[in-house]
Amino acid sequence: MENKTIYTEIITDHNVDPYHKHELEGANLILEGVNPSCGDDITLSLKVEDDVVVDGAYQGVGCAISQASADIMLDLVIGKTKEQALRLSELFLNMIRSEITDDELEELEEAGLLKDIAHNPSRTKCAVLGWRTLREMFGVEFEYEEE
Amino acid sequence: MNDYELNLRKDFPILNDDYAYLDNAATSQKPLSVINAVEEYYRTSNANPLRGIYDLSVSATEKYESARLSVKKFINASKKAEIVFTRNATESVNLVAYSYGMSFINEGDEIIVSILEHHSNMLPWQNVAKAKNATLKYLYCDENGVINPSDLEELITDKTALVAITQVSNVIGRTNDIKAFAKIAHEHGAVILCDGAQSVPHMKVDVTDLDVDFLAFSGHKMLAPMGIGVLYGKSELLKKMPPFLYGGEMIESVTVDGATFARIPTKFEAGTVNVGGAVGLEAAINYINNITMDEIVKRENELTEYAINQMRDINHLTVIGSDDPYNHHGIITFDIDDCHPHDVADILGGLGVDVRAGHHCAQPLLKHIGHPVTTRASIAFYNVREDIDRFIDALKGVRRTLGYGE
Ligand SMILES: Cc1ncc(COP(=O)(O)O)c(C=O)c1O
Repeated sequence: MENKTIYTEIITDHNVDPYHKHELEGANLILEGVNPSCGDDITLSLKVEDDVVVDGAYQGVGCAISQASADIMLDLVIGKTKEQALRLSELFLNMIRSEITDDELEELEEAGLLKDIAHNPSRTKCAVLGWRTLREMFGVEFEYEEE
Repeated sequence: MNDYELNLRKDFPILNDDYAYLDNAATSQKPLSVINAVEEYYRTSNANPLRGIYDLSVSATEKYESARLSVKKFINASKKAEIVFTRNATESVNLVAYSYGMSFINEGDEIIVSILEHHSNMLPWQNVAKAKNATLKYLYCDENGVINPSDLEELITDKTALVAITQVSNVIGRTNDIKAFAKIAHEHGAVILCDGAQSVPHMKVDVTDLDVDFLAFSGHKMLAPMGIGVLYGKSELLKKMPPFLYGGEMIESVTVDGATFARIPTKFEAGTVNVGGAVGLEAAINYINNITMDEIVKRENELTEYAINQMRDINHLTVIGSDDPYNHHGIITFDIDDCHPHDVADILGGLGVDVRAGHHCAQPLLKHIGHPVTTRASIAFYNVREDIDRFIDALKGVRRTLGYGE
């Protein structure tokens, strides 16, 4: 049987050799995000100056999806303004809900590789963990889907 | 597959060669005889039991009581009235906690709960302890999941009112010597509740021989439908316990001021009961008796041995618990270095191998043994070597899929 895998090389690279998994000196925003039911736990650190994310990092434990997704997110948002980062995170959440256009998907770059996770409800919260933590750091409450 | 296995698997319409169902500790699959018995009941005999005087209601009542008798024989209880039907093991434990616990456990008493417990045999006791100002004491296992009777001997005192312990751990698969635990509990004037959710489906359980006061188990883990479970309780205890739920059926007579309650077990079965589920449970017991528990034990042991022997040869893989496959009751919980269990289960699932990942509703146990989340494969007698082969092949590729080379 073919493994309809989300574990593409890019995803596993971000998990095995993350670029942004370390402590961040000079961070001025720090928030922990957890998925209590599966034990994914990341602490996101950002250095934000004049509403620009000048640097970011994360630390934590969890499944490959949660870790890679956070790493990819940081690739994308470092250097962006707070508004741009929030917009990207909204696109990501829309993607997970399968409500995204092809153009919008392009904007997400590597994060778009996690699109198919939408078909596996038990894994979407892993993919979303970093992104919702980022939103919460910028003061946007994460609305959990009504079950 | 030999002819016996081919026939066996024909009994289970959901099984096919596209995937290996190895999450049997979560719930078992159902044989046709069970599915047909439930259907037959709804086609020919359905009515509200115990209430009606007409033939159909009498027939439904008879079917329900016949199921109770089958359960009584299956676990060798001394009276039919000692079998209370519930929804599942969780409800059975809660019944004892709310009824026995809230009435007979007092301030300053001790409740002993083993660390091996599923949350369903732990949280109800945390709740009783809090409500009654009783002391909750945990009985810890070693790193292989073993608790010796002498460990209980050391912990128990004459203030201990109740000991709650599972017969087979749903994480480690090891059997506890319940008979020895019951003896020690009784010597100290305590009652013992045994969680049989993982033992009753996989080994001969004889409540008279074990001398337990309560035994809780679920039908759905032993080939029966979901929504039917059992509480066995010694009649002298059930008789003195107050009802758990109040309402229809469980009364003798009601006035505006109060009620007198029905005899056991009806006292504990408030509201319209699950006759279809009970009929299914009886059919499941008949199925098990037919192929025999000895055969089930033999097949499950052989398959576990076949799996564990190959898992030992996989690098970076650790099987949790005993080295002896016969100490697992089909439950194989494991870790693969660097790989999160949700990734492992996802990858295996994509290859048609159904296993469970997470904390298995036993967070305190997993923390105690130092593996906060794990992956679990659990075997039933209707599994075959081909299922294990598929599982082992899939396991060998997990680290590669996650980008860790070999
Ligand atoms: C040891 C043990 N106890 C209790 C339960 C609870 O069973 P149920 O969910 O059917 O009430 C389970 C099942 O997950 C179990 O494995």
